Amino acid sequence: MPSLPSLLAGALLGSLVFYALLGGADFGGGVWDLLARGPRAGAQRRLIAHAIGPVWETNHIWLIIAIVVLFTGFPPAFAAISTALFVPLTLLLAGIVLRGAAFAFHAYHLHEETGAVRWGTLFAGASLVTPVLLGLTIGALSSGRIEADPLAFTGDTASWLAPFPLSVGALTLAAFSYLAAVYLILETEDPGLRSDFRIRALWSAAAVAFLSVFVPVIAAGGAPDFYRALTGSDWSVGVMMFNATAALGAYVSLLLFAYRIARLCAAAQVVLILLGWGLAQFPFLVRPSITFASAASPPATLRLLLLSLAGGAVLLFPAVFLLMRIFKKEALSGRHRQKP
Amino acid sequence: MAMLFAFHIIFAVAGMGMPVLMVVAEATFRKTGKAVYHELARRWARGTAVLFAVGAVSGTVLSFELGLLWPRFMEFSGGIIGLPFALEGFAFFAEAIFLGIYLYGWEKVSPLLHLLSGGAVALGGILSGIFVVTANAWMNSPAGFTLLDGRPVDISPLAAMLNPAWKTETVHMTLAAFAATGFAVAGIHAFMLLRNRENLFHRRALAIALSVGGVAAVLQPVSGDFSARFVARNQPAKFAAMEGQFRTERGAPIRIGGIPDVDRRTTRYAIEIPRALSLLAFHDPDAEVKGLSEFPRDEWPNPVPVHLAFQFMVASGTAMSLLSLAAGLFAWRKREWLFHRHFLLPVAVCGPLGILSVEAGWVVTELGRQPWAIHGVMRTADAVTTVGGLAIPFAFFSLLYLALGISAAWLLKREVSASPAFPLDGGGGKGAG
Repeated sequence: MPSLPSLLAGALLGSLVFYALLGGADFGGGVWDLLARGPRAGAQRRLIAHAIGPVWETNHIWLIIAIVVLFTGFPPAFAAISTALFVPLTLLLAGIVLRGAAFAFHAYHLHEETGAVRWGTLFAGASLVTPVLLGLTIGALSSGRIEADPLAFTGDTASWLAPFPLSVGALTLAAFSYLAAVYLILETEDPGLRSDFRIRALWSAAAVAFLSVFVPVIAAGGAPDFYRALTGSDWSVGVMMFNATAALGAYVSLLLFAYRIARLCAAAQVVLILLGWGLAQFPFLVRPSITFASAASPPATLRLLLLSLAGGAVLLFPAVFLLMRIFKKEALSGRHRQKP
Repeated sequence: MAMLFAFHIIFAVAGMGMPVLMVVAEATFRKTGKAVYHELARRWARGTAVLFAVGAVSGTVLSFELGLLWPRFMEFSGGIIGLPFALEGFAFFAEAIFLGIYLYGWEKVSPLLHLLSGGAVALGGILSGIFVVTANAWMNSPAGFTLLDGRPVDISPLAAMLNPAWKTETVHMTLAAFAATGFAVAGIHAFMLLRNRENLFHRRALAIALSVGGVAAVLQPVSGDFSARFVARNQPAKFAAMEGQFRTERGAPIRIGGIPDVDRRTTRYAIEIPRALSLLAFHDPDAEVKGLSEFPRDEWPNPVPVHLAFQFMVASGTAMSLLSLAAGLFAWRKREWLFHRHFLLPVAVCGPLGILSVEAGWVVTELGRQPWAIHGVMRTADAVTTVGGLAIPFAFFSLLYLALGISAAWLLKREVSASPAFPLDGGGGKGAG
């Protein structure tokens, strides 16, 4: 039986995985909105808005769950992170606010040309910046440059402004865009739109593959402890092999127009990237000195938190399932009803 | 931070109240089959969605900002009072899921499931409000831990959540949310009716909004009485600041209006009703009410804003409940008077009062607790971040929120200002789609 802090660390990683797979794709949708090109640019944008509309608020809440678990279960770590990463977190928040609000407002203007463009640009721009900041924050946690005690904080607010966190930011952006492109193929029946997003998926798949190699290379210099854990553990080879297999699988299925397999492989790829990060980061929450165990709240709190997470999962997973079934039925099965 | 809360609380309140209005409208539509209620439910749902989106993002910012601005506070209390935040997260989750189904599912799900989804949105909104207020109640009446050398030990998150103040505070806040939303919506529709008194859409909207807001407004003074008596017993310094009471005295008077003068330690220009304060607070006209002078000077909240905000809250609460009683009377006896100029005008004027008194109540509970962040445990000055140069992010977020607020208001205005025309004779037929 793993210890309570480890179980919660798992829950934290789990909610981040869900956030990346679902909420991340919504950000990626925004990126493709920004990059909409060609004769079908308008149709691409409408497809994106249609796909994101009913679900983005739900997808967004996985991040809130992660934050709440962090500050309830590991309050000193939360204090240290928010002090040391004050600047990127503030910008991240601004990005989240602008993206969400602009999308909601944008959705009201879809039938009007001028208003839709203004909000749409804001939505798309914020979707581009926010994943970078999110990845940057995660990279900074692994880089081993954040002091444990915020009171001893000396004013080095630039620990996040280094090649390693920046490369993680780039990887996050690429991965979110990749997921979105792969998902969007199945949201439409229109052959033109499908081929647009297939090409985008292929390009972003290449970007993700490149960055999956590039980030560890940077880590060797920028986050040496993290790099040793990532490459030198028992699980390292296994995770990397699986990751490469999923990446290859996704790429080949995209080439062969096997979109549903591609989607499965792409999702697996992102899960494996996050899993690799989580395993290499564990037992640290913030490298180099805050571990899950050292920052944990008292056992009574952790136990209640776990219980409420489990209870919440029992109640909410059916609801999430219902939501997806109602709005993503066609995309999930790959079959589309005739439009009336 | 306070600015952010003041902004967020408007959307949080709307997130608790609006879904109820929207569900009542849809239930009426399903029962009567009248298209006007269908249109009403749709429009209120869209309003809910805009407000919810802004509330959701500003809530996310808040959950981060707690750590960004109050790292010491979070480090101390995260383990104790984080639980309601976790539960709030789930309630919020449910709200988002079912709002998605509600908004986009008019044609996709069965009427019953749709109505139930609306109910789930309302329930999620109310629960998430209750959980967050529970955490605030804990800051007023900390429980569930023992202090040992400045560190909390023997932590019991359940006891912290069910702290002494949670019942009075959550009831007060929930009623306030219903009253504030009901009156704000009623005010808007009353304003529209003043221009065009025959519009059936606005008439039906006014009736629903006023009945939801009115019931809450009538109940609120009772809950207010419980809250005030709780504060009198548990946070006497806050109570003294609220009432502008400087001296400790038996048979204390209630002061209506007046400005506390801190230097002279007296509240001036107030109308005093002898013994009424002792009677209200302790149900005994000769009971002793502690004044601010009872406490060391550095443990005083600033009585000027606290007293004034409290007076404002009580006055507008009274106005709203009187108006609701009148509305109830008219609905019972003289229905047409509900839509008479002389009634619509005060309703329109009182529209913003609910929201304003929620803000005033927030000032009372937060400034009234100063200098403490956690009553009797941690001072605000010790909880705040050590990061310098907060002025820039502060200005940045202020501007951002200002822009969001204006945009949301503008969108909502577009939503109501187009008065759909329905014939006065009931708008028969069933809803289109």
